[in-house]
Amino acid sequence: MSSSPAIDVTDLRFSYGSHTVMDIAHCHLARGESMAVIGPSGCGKTTFLHLLAGLIRPSAGVIQILGQELSALRGSGLDRFRGQHIGLVFQRFHLLPALTVLENVLLAQRLARVPVERGRVDELFQSLSLAGFEHHKPSMLSQGQAQRVAIARALVHSPELVMADEPTSALDDRHTDQALALLRESAQAVGAALLVVTHDERVRGRLDREFEMSAPT
Amino acid sequence: MTWLRLAFANLRLSPLTSAVNVILMGLGTASIVLLLLAGAQLSETLSRDARSIDLVLGAKGSPVQLVLSAVYHADVPPGNIPKAEAERWANDTRVGVSIPLSLGDSYRGFRIVGTTEAYAELYGGALATGRFWGGAMEAVAGSAAAEAAGLVAGSQFAGAHGLMEGGHNHQSRPYRVVGVLEPTGTVLDRLILTSLESVWALHGEDEPPARASGMDREAEHEHEHDQEHEAGHTHSEDQKAEHVHEDDHHQHEHNHAEPSHPDTEREITAMLIRYRSPLAAMTLPREVNASGSLQAAAPAMEISRILQLVGVGMDGLKAFSWMLVVTAALSVFAALYGSLRARRVDLAMLRCLGATRWELLWVLLMEGLLLSAFGIALGFLAGHGAMELLGGWLESTRGVAMTGWIWVPAETLLLLGLFGIGVIAATIPAVQAYRTDVARTIAEG
Repeated sequence: MSSSPAIDVTDLRFSYGSHTVMDIAHCHLARGESMAVIGPSGCGKTTFLHLLAGLIRPSAGVIQILGQELSALRGSGLDRFRGQHIGLVFQRFHLLPALTVLENVLLAQRLARVPVERGRVDELFQSLSLAGFEHHKPSMLSQGQAQRVAIARALVHSPELVMADEPTSALDDRHTDQALALLRESAQAVGAALLVVTHDERVRGRLDREFEMSAPT
Repeated sequence: MTWLRLAFANLRLSPLTSAVNVILMGLGTASIVLLLLAGAQLSETLSRDARSIDLVLGAKGSPVQLVLSAVYHADVPPGNIPKAEAERWANDTRVGVSIPLSLGDSYRGFRIVGTTEAYAELYGGALATGRFWGGAMEAVAGSAAAEAAGLVAGSQFAGAHGLMEGGHNHQSRPYRVVGVLEPTGTVLDRLILTSLESVWALHGEDEPPARASGMDREAEHEHEHDQEHEAGHTHSEDQKAEHVHEDDHHQHEHNHAEPSHPDTEREITAMLIRYRSPLAAMTLPREVNASGSLQAAAPAMEISRILQLVGVGMDGLKAFSWMLVVTAALSVFAALYGSLRARRVDLAMLRCLGATRWELLWVLLMEGLLLSAFGIALGFLAGHGAMELLGGWLESTRGVAMTGWIWVPAETLLLLGLFGIGVIAATIPAVQAYRTDVARTIAEG
């Protein structure tokens, strides 16, 4: 499994009834590599990300994540696989408002079914400049801090694949640079492959590879 | 981070809603608990006090009043009856044990009962200290009466006329406590027992006290006291006339020994009867009621009649309490369901982090159960606390001993039922959480 690519997609299609939302003949991402999936709004980028995360099932085609064919996993098994091997960062972060920053991150560690390690969390908080914010509620954080918490949460269980959905669309140029660098360095630090799904042209040239998506014909 | 902590954190996020739910659940639970405790103890107290009494003979009137006055000492008696007539029935072959009671006075709210030692035996009342009465004006105090009124063997007290506090005192004829009974958990604990003769001595004749043991010192001032006694007396006119008459024959009365009074003139308040065989219940009460001026009332029947009356009220209150619980359950449901809308993104995110559908179901169920559990705990605490307070008040004012620190079997059922309701209230929101469409929610959120 360690030699298998992080993402390997063949003839992937997703449709609502007869309306095809997304169509990808082939897409590949090696372990430790970073890639930007770039395309205009409505081209099915988010659907692609959800398919890769196993949140929805494709109408046709094969998705292999870290050598595991997702269609072979069912129900809770799929949830556990996602929790253990994938880290997700959404545009709006979706930190749990009831929990503190630290609890949010510890919860992710627990849901990943990996041993809970405070040391790992502290280390992560140091590297993401979050030390001192452990007991803040998400509502007390700035946009940048909240994003760093979301990244910490996606990395705390040392996943092999990190996927981010539109991480830069709400940011100005300077912060876009920072956010991309942070994602890339953090993923590299844990040896994870990174997939960034975006319509933001500013992302071009910032990651190892780029994958163009266009609306299906 | 455990699921329990997550559920708890979610509840804390909307403290007001959570608090209202807990309080609603608590109120409903407390009301039911209070009713259960009071109901169980009321019927238990009532049946324990009447356990060994099959029939009460007394003056014509309300049978409930007769039982309340003669068995529970909670009402005024309907009147007196001739002792001879009561004894005629007591000597019937169908009667096993008969105990005469003569009521009329009290001390600090505790009734002074003229009776025989058999009355204490009826409730298994054994002496803690001292002895039973031997001579006139000797009394034995029940444990609660002794404690509350500070009576010990050797203390003296003056009975007050009437069964409530504040009646005229029989200052001239104090009782002397010669014994105190062990607690029995029955009405006996709240009574002061003495001989029939002592009660008659104070009431029927109002004669100067017999120069019996321990009374000699007081006897020196007897006449003076008697004057006072008469001046403040609230006895009826004919009794006053008797006083005058007695004063005329003061010297004469002195020479009378009490037992020499013919029994035919004596009156008692009631006669407690135990059958020799249960078959007597078929015939004896009817015969008594059909003949003469006496009334026979069976405590068991009157209790069930009282409990039936009380029961209607209790059932109404219980129904109302259950309505409170259902309201609380609906409120828990509404709170969880409402928060579900606001939290669907959180729940979807949990799935993204690796939580399974079942874990989402579980966390929602746990939130509902936590709300219910806190409400139920609050309710049981409040219910038992209120019962204890009420019990203290009832004990001091009504002479009914009730406590909040007991657990009746019905409470266990109640506990299970309430948790069941809590689960039901949380089920629909939990199932909704289970069915969260993660991708769409995340995409929209």
